[in-house]
Amino acid sequence: MSSHQRPLSPHLQVYRWQLTMAMSIVHRITGVALAVGTLLLVWWLLAAASGPESYETARACLGSWLGRLLLFGWSYALFYHLFNGIRHLGWDLGLGFEIKTAYATGWTVVAVSILVTVATWIAAYAAMGAL
Amino acid sequence: MADPSHSRQSVLSRVRYLGSAHDGTAHFWAQRLTAVALIPLTIWFVVSIVMLAGAPYEEVAAWLARPMPAILMILLVVATFHHAQLGLQVVIEDYIHQPALRVGSLVLVKLGAVALGFAAVFAVLKIAFGG
Repeated sequence: MSSHQRPLSPHLQVYRWQLTMAMSIVHRITGVALAVGTLLLVWWLLAAASGPESYETARACLGSWLGRLLLFGWSYALFYHLFNGIRHLGWDLGLGFEIKTAYATGWTVVAVSILVTVATWIAAYAAMGAL
Repeated sequence: MADPSHSRQSVLSRVRYLGSAHDGTAHFWAQRLTAVALIPLTIWFVVSIVMLAGAPYEEVAAWLARPMPAILMILLVVATFHHAQLGLQVVIEDYIHQPALRVGSLVLVKLGAVALGFAAVFAVLKIAFGG
C-alpha cells in the first residue's frame, strides 16, 4: 500500500445524477444479477439431465407467474448488459468518448434493451401459441 | 491525472506508489475476449430459448443432444462463468476492503464458478451422450 496521500474523489452524493454514471452502475448491477442468474441456467440444465420428472418440476417453477417475472428481469438484465457491453467494447477501441456520443449511445442502449426484451417475450409467447 | 510518462519518478517508485503491477492486462484481456465471444453466443441462446419456450422434456432433451446446440451450450457456459468470475472479482476488489472477507469472497466466487461451470458442462454432456 502507498504511504503517500492519494487524491480522493469527492463523495458521490455531491454529483447530480447523469445518464452516463447511472448506466455505469447499472452495468455492474446487471452483471452481478446475471452472475446470480447463472444458477437458474445450471439448474435448468441439471434438471434436463436428470430426466423428465425433474425437468417438469423446473418447467413448472419457471413457468409460474413468479418464475416468469424472474425470467423477465433476467432477460432485461441480459440485454442491457449485452448492449451496454458492446458500448464498453467500443470505448476499449477508443470509439465514442465524446460527451455527445456517449449520451447518444447511452440512450440507444436504454431504448434497444427495452425494445428487444419486449420483442423477445412477444416472440416467446407466440412460440408457445399463447398469442 | 498527469500523464505518468512525464513524471519525475522512476518506474519502480511509480509502480510502488501508484499501481499494483500484478496481472491487470491479462485480466482485462480475458474479460474482453469472453465478452466478444458472448455476443454471438448470447444471441444464439436467446433465439434458442424463445423457440423452446414451454417445450416438453423430450423436445428440449432431443435439441440439446444434437451436436451443434450441445457444443454452443458448452461454449456459452464456459465463456459465461469465466466472464462472470472476472467481473465479480473486480466488484469484490472495489467494495470489500476487510482482508479476510475480501479473500473469502474471492475464493468463494472463483471456486463457485468452476463448480457451477463443470456441473453445467456435465449436464450437457450427459444429455448429448444419452444418459
